[in-house]
Amino acid sequence: MSEAKVPAWVNIALIPFLNIFLAFIVSGLVILAIGENPLEAAGYLIYGAFGYNEGIGYTLYYATNLIFTGLAVSVAFKGGLFNIGGEGQAYIGGEGQAYIGGLGVGLVCLALDHTMPLYVIAPLAILGAGAFGAAWAYIPAYLQARRGSHIVITTIMFNFIASSLMVYLIVNWLREDGRMVPNSRTFEESAWLPYLHQLLSPLGIDIGDSPLNLAFLLALICCVFVWGLIWHTRWGYQLRTLGTNPTAARYAGIDTAKVTIWAMLISGGLAGFVGVNEIMGVNHNLLLNFTAGYGFAGIAVSLMGRNHPIGIVLAAVLFGALYQGGAELAFEIPTITPEIVVVIQGLVILFSGALEHMFKDRIEGFFIRRALA
Amino acid sequence: MFETLILMLDATMRVSTPLIFAALAGLYSERAGIVDIGLEGKILGSAFAAAAGAAIFGSALIGLCFGIIASVSLAMIHGFACITHRGDHIVSGVAINTIVAGLTVTLSMDWFGMGGQTPTLSGDSRFMSITLPFADSLANVPVIGLIYSELLSGHNILVYLSFVMVPVTFWVVYKTRFGLRLRAVGENPHAVDAAGISVAFLRYRALIVCGILCGLAGAYLSTAHNAGFLRDMSAGKGYMALAALIFGKWRPVPVLFACLLFGFLDAVAVRMQGVVVPGIGEVPVQAIEVLPYVLTILLLAGFIGKAVGPKAVGQPYVKERG
Repeated sequence: MSEAKVPAWVNIALIPFLNIFLAFIVSGLVILAIGENPLEAAGYLIYGAFGYNEGIGYTLYYATNLIFTGLAVSVAFKGGLFNIGGEGQAYIGGEGQAYIGGLGVGLVCLALDHTMPLYVIAPLAILGAGAFGAAWAYIPAYLQARRGSHIVITTIMFNFIASSLMVYLIVNWLREDGRMVPNSRTFEESAWLPYLHQLLSPLGIDIGDSPLNLAFLLALICCVFVWGLIWHTRWGYQLRTLGTNPTAARYAGIDTAKVTIWAMLISGGLAGFVGVNEIMGVNHNLLLNFTAGYGFAGIAVSLMGRNHPIGIVLAAVLFGALYQGGAELAFEIPTITPEIVVVIQGLVILFSGALEHMFKDRIEGFFIRRALA
Repeated sequence: MFETLILMLDATMRVSTPLIFAALAGLYSERAGIVDIGLEGKILGSAFAAAAGAAIFGSALIGLCFGIIASVSLAMIHGFACITHRGDHIVSGVAINTIVAGLTVTLSMDWFGMGGQTPTLSGDSRFMSITLPFADSLANVPVIGLIYSELLSGHNILVYLSFVMVPVTFWVVYKTRFGLRLRAVGENPHAVDAAGISVAFLRYRALIVCGILCGLAGAYLSTAHNAGFLRDMSAGKGYMALAALIFGKWRPVPVLFACLLFGFLDAVAVRMQGVVVPGIGEVPVQAIEVLPYVLTILLLAGFIGKAVGPKAVGQPYVKERG
């Protein structure tokens, strides 16, 4: 199946559109089964996500996390952690890496917020997030590359270990003295990332009172970085070679183990940035379970976005809109829970990931036959 | 001391039951070459369906049937994606887990409207504990009495069934024609195909068995171990079962011991809360909780023994065109 003969818009637009359309149809059936009107529900969803300024701010705030995890997944995808002889993918680990990344942010903020200004803390916290996320990804990556243990299984285990580790650290070491609530003390304001509405309101742009903060810009910078890294560096070329054909990569003298490990480190670091948005940007303290499934949602984002940074931004905004719109929907129609958004996510993963061959091969075949005719 | 140990082993049996069902389910699936990350989703889906069925029809057995139907349906979706459409096994499993996590809450809110729970089950809509014959009269006999009346007696039917399933699985996998073919299709599907046996049909059958066993695990959680469905009640048991399957090296009896070990660690973690161990101090509960995962990683990395799965696991089978 040569990609060249298939028009580009088919792969970039038509197939993702079909997948999301199917996911919406099935979710619509679920809403019908509950006894509500799917079209009415869709209306609330769209209004909640894009209908007013604050809603747009929330949509972009959710999208920030999804850009980070979506990029993390796509680097792992590109790096042939996708199909090395039936070895699975590494991206199940995004959840745990994001969690530990948040620990890095939290530790930097807790250590420096009394003594340092924001312009010192912010870069260090971002470094901390990336370094902790990458470190958490390093062990499974090393075990895969050097000892041949199945990376999917080890990353799943590492998610659980991350979760227990965070409970232990927060409850026993980082909890505010004399409080029962399992989170750290609130940071001083010098360790808060500025909200975008604070920065934009002097310019006369109103995005309401949403949690959208500077981390959104970091997410966009990461997109440019990943794009440059994968398509415009020697290392990126090696990564794509490895992902496309591991045997050819080995014959070309590419050190596959090294590329695998680096791909995982970058992936883990990107996932860790979720902590910057959540811990430094919004919650301003270190708390439990702030990752809330973003690591898994990143899989859907990456699949929808066709592993390309531009596609990932679009897909992240789409899913961010689902999160925000879902909250609005649950508010307007109480019988529908926000969890319907999780169902839609799962369906997107199913149709665009697990069942990708169902339409893709047929549609591509159709266009190829048409081109040959 | 002895009594404490017996009580802990008793708790171990209760906690291990869903792990045993789910790990054996994974065994059938993975031995046939289908990676199953979706154990978690199947358990959760079955737990919800079983509790809902039991609540509506007032019978635990009817609930169990619903649980099994739900779980097998999910297994068939997994099969449709992985076998028929040669999709990625891991992605399909993640999709199923995600869909179920959302759907169970959505439906239970709509049907029962109790914040994502089902009504509390009682009487016939729960699996009640069974007192084995003579348990009461033997209770006062030293040692044996305690073991028999506390440890062996007083569980519900599903607990006993899970332990029975281990020898049954051993027999099926190693002593029947179906089992031989099952193992072959996980190692070398091309050979099975060349022998004139349908790889797809064989794998679908393995997934049906997998679905039934996950259905039992889920039904046990919501209609026997607890009295009703709670949101996310599978709480990672599907993944722990997967770890137990690897730890038991894809073989029925070692898998049973892995499940019992993990269940025992769970029971220990509960009891060790705030207990000061002489010489060590207070052991954090989380340290015991992560042991199953740490042990599995060490095994996979080849630091303790070696775990090698079925050769063709996770690879879509494409028929050769000769």
